[in-house]
Amino acid sequence: MTDSKYFTTTKKGEIFELKAELNSDKKEKKKEAVKKVIASMTVGKDVSALFPDVVNCMQTDNLELKKLVYLYLMNYAKSQPDMAIMAVNTFVKDCEDPNPLIRALAVRTMGCIRVDKITEYLCEPLRKCLKDEDPYVRKTAAVCVAKLHDINAQLVEDQGFLDTLKDLISDSNPMVVANAVAALSEIAESHPSSNLLDLNPQSINKLLTALNECTEWGQIFILDCLANYMPKDDREAQSICERVTPRLSHANSAVVLSAVKVLMKFMEMLSKDLDYYGTLLKKLAPPLVTLLSAEPELQYVALRNINLIVQKRPEILKHEMKVFFVKYNDPIYVKLEKLDIMIRLASQANIAQVLAELKEYATEVDVDFVRKAVRAIGRCAIKVEQSAERCVSTLLDLIQTKVNYVVQEAIVVIKDIFRKYPNKYESVIATLCENLDSLDEPEARAAMIWIVGEYAERIDNADELLESFLEGFHDESTQVQLQLLTAIVKLFLKKPTETQELVQQVLSLATQDSDNPDLRDRGYIYWRLLSTDPVAAKEVVLAEKPLISEETDLIEPTLLDELICYIGTLASVYHKPPSAFVEGSRGVVHKSLPPRTGSSESAESPDTAPSGVQAAEQPAVIPTQGDLLGDLLNLDLGPPVSGPPIATSAVQMGAVDLLGGGLDSLMGDESEGLRSDVGGSPAIGGGGFAPAPSTTMPTNLGAPLGSGLGDLFDLTGGVGTLSGSYVAPKTVWLPAMKAKGLEISGTFSRQVGSISMDLVLTNKALQVMSDFAIQFNRNSFGLAPAAPLQVHAPLAPNQSVEISLPLNTVGSVMKMDPLNNLQVAVKNNIDVFYFSTLYPLHILFVEDGKMERQMFLATWKDIPNENEAQFQIKDCSLNADAVSSKLQGSNIFTIAKRNVEGQDMLYQSLKLTNGIWVLAELRIQPSNPSFTLSLKCRAPEVSQYIYQAYETILKN
Amino acid sequence: MIHSLFLINCSGDIFLEKHWKSVVSQSVCDYFFEAQEKAIDVENVPPVISTPHHYLISIYRDKIFFVSVIQSEVPPLFVIEFLHRVADTFQDYFGECSETAIKDNVVIVYELLEEMLDNGFPLATESNILKELIKPPTILRSVVNSITGSSNVGDTLPTGQLSNIPWRRAGVKYTNNEAYFDVVEEIDAIIDKSGSTVFAEIQGVIDSCIKLSGMPDLSLSFMNPRLLDDVSFHPCIRFKRWESERVLSFIPPDGNFRLISYRVSSQNLVAIPVYVKHMISFKENSSSGRFDVTIGPKQNMGKTVESVVMTVHMPKAVLNMNLTATQGSYTFDPVTKVLTWDVGKITPQKLPNLKGLVNLQSGAPKPEENPSLNIQFKIQQLAISGLKVNRLDMYGEKYKPFKGVKYITKAGKFQVRT
Repeated sequence: MTDSKYFTTTKKGEIFELKAELNSDKKEKKKEAVKKVIASMTVGKDVSALFPDVVNCMQTDNLELKKLVYLYLMNYAKSQPDMAIMAVNTFVKDCEDPNPLIRALAVRTMGCIRVDKITEYLCEPLRKCLKDEDPYVRKTAAVCVAKLHDINAQLVEDQGFLDTLKDLISDSNPMVVANAVAALSEIAESHPSSNLLDLNPQSINKLLTALNECTEWGQIFILDCLANYMPKDDREAQSICERVTPRLSHANSAVVLSAVKVLMKFMEMLSKDLDYYGTLLKKLAPPLVTLLSAEPELQYVALRNINLIVQKRPEILKHEMKVFFVKYNDPIYVKLEKLDIMIRLASQANIAQVLAELKEYATEVDVDFVRKAVRAIGRCAIKVEQSAERCVSTLLDLIQTKVNYVVQEAIVVIKDIFRKYPNKYESVIATLCENLDSLDEPEARAAMIWIVGEYAERIDNADELLESFLEGFHDESTQVQLQLLTAIVKLFLKKPTETQELVQQVLSLATQDSDNPDLRDRGYIYWRLLSTDPVAAKEVVLAEKPLISEETDLIEPTLLDELICYIGTLASVYHKPPSAFVEGSRGVVHKSLPPRTGSSESAESPDTAPSGVQAAEQPAVIPTQGDLLGDLLNLDLGPPVSGPPIATSAVQMGAVDLLGGGLDSLMGDESEGLRSDVGGSPAIGGGGFAPAPSTTMPTNLGAPLGSGLGDLFDLTGGVGTLSGSYVAPKTVWLPAMKAKGLEISGTFSRQVGSISMDLVLTNKALQVMSDFAIQFNRNSFGLAPAAPLQVHAPLAPNQSVEISLPLNTVGSVMKMDPLNNLQVAVKNNIDVFYFSTLYPLHILFVEDGKMERQMFLATWKDIPNENEAQFQIKDCSLNADAVSSKLQGSNIFTIAKRNVEGQDMLYQSLKLTNGIWVLAELRIQPSNPSFTLSLKCRAPEVSQYIYQAYETILKN
Repeated sequence: MIHSLFLINCSGDIFLEKHWKSVVSQSVCDYFFEAQEKAIDVENVPPVISTPHHYLISIYRDKIFFVSVIQSEVPPLFVIEFLHRVADTFQDYFGECSETAIKDNVVIVYELLEEMLDNGFPLATESNILKELIKPPTILRSVVNSITGSSNVGDTLPTGQLSNIPWRRAGVKYTNNEAYFDVVEEIDAIIDKSGSTVFAEIQGVIDSCIKLSGMPDLSLSFMNPRLLDDVSFHPCIRFKRWESERVLSFIPPDGNFRLISYRVSSQNLVAIPVYVKHMISFKENSSSGRFDVTIGPKQNMGKTVESVVMTVHMPKAVLNMNLTATQGSYTFDPVTKVLTWDVGKITPQKLPNLKGLVNLQSGAPKPEENPSLNIQFKIQQLAISGLKVNRLDMYGEKYKPFKGVKYITKAGKFQVRT
């Protein structure tokens, strides 16, 4: 006797027969008939025609029959609203039934019937049930409020159900509390503004008590609700954490992950010096690892979340690398995620193991997985420098296998390795060239062409190789075409004599025969560049490229922090904030991690990059393919090309002896200066270049190219700033009394890339002054006069002269205290005078201080947290746009602006003349005149001065 | 919360649908079918699929896809856990979780689903409670029902539903009071070519079968509780006692349940009970290869390794295999390319060996990848981690229960790379 008999049909027509049976007098027959109806319903058959007959069966003492009829009603009431009214009476009556099971069933079913007329009748019974003496009924009623809210939100508010629901949070029964929390959370999701879950320490305490006693599902709801609470201090955060940690040992993985979310969030508030902090870190690892032994679907979700956790706090799982090793029968989606985490955890300590594993994976069957494994080997090489050599040799071994897709992936990653470690592994180029013919994927072809172009001088037959690609130029994908164009231009610049024909051919192919605007435009750029000024062309195209960063797919730090608040949810699986994808989320509230309130932040984990990394090692991020501007690789990613500093040293030399021993006494110890070796990106010392170009691009590009190209560069380099930065009014630096009648007042300014010191010399003595000269002591940023102090006529008594002295930053460097202290010596025919002054730091902000977005993210993440400094800028009434344009005038560039919870967040970057990058986050609340400025910089000493510069600029 | 559930069989038929809120059209499953097609292998269908208006979260169990539809931000693990719970419940009720079993009991399935979830919120998922609400079908009961006309739906409120111990019903009565514990340990390991261990850990569980009357309060203690540093508990266990005394103290659910699961990680040394000597090679350009595998016992604490089965996914180019086994029998499926060797017991005196020739597709290039060997085995009366139960005490009831502990070690995902 099984239910499958219900599916058999008879000749007469099912509906007809069922109708007869439903109206039968025999109870048993009726029940069988209803079961048949339900069975048909479950497979999607339309049995709505039987509505009146089924409803007639509702008034019965038999609970099973009643339940079956209810099931039917829920499904079909919507399509037969008028008939459904017939059922209302029975519902209302059932809500008064002495059996709590029936009361609950009635109110539960009524809530599921989405018919307006019925919901009207629901209110009274629901109100009673919410206050029912039996907790089973109360907990069912709590959910019912959520149902009703979904159908008619206004009604729920008008009837005051929300308040009753809030009261249930203090119910004596944990199950009721859990359901009330769940219902409120669901309602709150569609009502972000309403302060439904108004949590306070008392209600939190109740929730924590209920947490221990309610069902596993209830625990999930309560934990998710707790995660939204903002503890008032670290002590409260710790006590909540202590009460939540036992949940980490729950058998239900959803409970575990929700607990992890609460802990990860509240941990933010705990001081890292605390013993408890370390204990907590240790406690988090085992449950996360345990999740990986569950069913593959659970593993997948767990892995996506672990990916976030590893990015936020790598120290938790750093010893657990092995659990992420792939088993050959893992589903592919698990394999790919594990691989991702392996790379994130790879470090010098475990790289050997990781590489051995990756090599193993590269011989597996699954193509997607093998590809990712090969790519991972490349990422290891870039991430852990010590392993680079072994990675390269592993990759070469893999190329020897001649498996087509392995070779192609290997070539793509080797290209990146070349970028990271220039002039180290180029010996493998020959092996790569052997595989030229087997490459059929655009990415691999493009990578190979890039390699050939980049190392054209080392490849004897580079011209032949490139020519062979040129034959099928029009059949190639855009990616390959662009790369081929660039490669041939590079080749031409390196070997101009033999390749003239080739370059002409490719330029004409690109400009005349192609209808792709990117290709055409790039062709024209090269063409004009080559025909106008080959030397400049060489400097542009063959410029040294910045190194690439190790991690290319990190999540933006603010997004990461937000996602940490969503651990365990869909957002964490997609790595997107819910607002980006959840439908019907009407203005989701952005969640953010609580700020740390603990005392000191000194002990940062040793894993994060050492703070000693100098600005010179600033990595750049490889632009993603298809990013058009980024694709112009050689144009906009190249660092500014600086000419040799001319006409500076001579003057300096001449001036030295006139200052005599005076300087010696001024100089302190000879310790190493602050100024780091600028290496890959030499600073543009503003004053060194004679014609100041009108655009903000690397200086000596703009001029010869003509205006047509100029505005193209504008796109890449940021908006041109013609106005120059803020200039403070002059102040008296050297009073006349101290300098035998010579008074010097002055200020500093920066105009289109050149710094100058604007001086007013006043002769308050009785004799004529002449033979002026000026010299600076060594200072933090190497400021030095770029030209001699020129006072043409002797200065008569009571006469003053205004002089603008151009400065550059190529002088010698010594760290001063304060950092922006400048000691100056001025000589005239009477004597030598010394004075010191403070210069505003913003004169050192260079024009190309706008960082690429991706690079900004990577750098922000890369700089350890202890380098972050926070300041308040008070009483500033500007709005975000005004602020951003004002700062831009002084070369502080806004990279992104986001509106978070009504406040504007400006992400800004600036670069100092010595190549130090400073990243800033400026938080502006519309109603609040004081802004919060967070600065991150590898040389945290400058932060304070940058803040002063912000203040000065914004307030004037 | 969970909006709807579709059950889909391997051939892509939706054989059951249940909606807890408004009805979602079956067509939403098209996105699932699309993903299924892309994944080729059923096991590789991604568990979370997004569609323009909904999210599909699915699990694959016993050849059935449980596809749930959700519309708002819901913890996916919650959904997945719940789906597994649904499958467990079917298993519990019908003895198996198969399409036929579900179709045969469609009304009970429907009643169960309605009882387990209300408006997407889990209502009653404990099998103890469900069984009080809806009686599982038995032949006897259906006979009785048809005679007396009584129903198999309980009409009183389940007692455990609201107490602080929702997992146990009141008024349990047995004539024979028994408590059995099975300590089952599975070894997950990856062994590399040279026989050294790349990764190994032990996944252990203690499954209990408790048939005790009344409200017994049990405490279970171990000889070496320090082994257990990564544990997941059944909700019945009092966490505080464990933290302070390392004793499992609990009022057990009635019947079968998993008391704890634990993991002994690779940091502690995990003993590997078998070793495999292997020689698998394919000759260049000759469309043949050699296969030679020997399995032997290693650290097995003097116990016999039995029920040994080796499965190998041979490369695609393999046409057939001509092997001789010194022990047990082997099969090779030329379609799936799976070689299965049922070895049986390992006797150390005469090690089981399987060797012979591999026929490759002529003209095909020599396979790049070497197949991994998947080994299964069982060792009775041994918990490989060394975990031992010390004693079981019962408080709260007066009778003397019969107690028993059984140990067993099995291979979990035990892979040998070649």
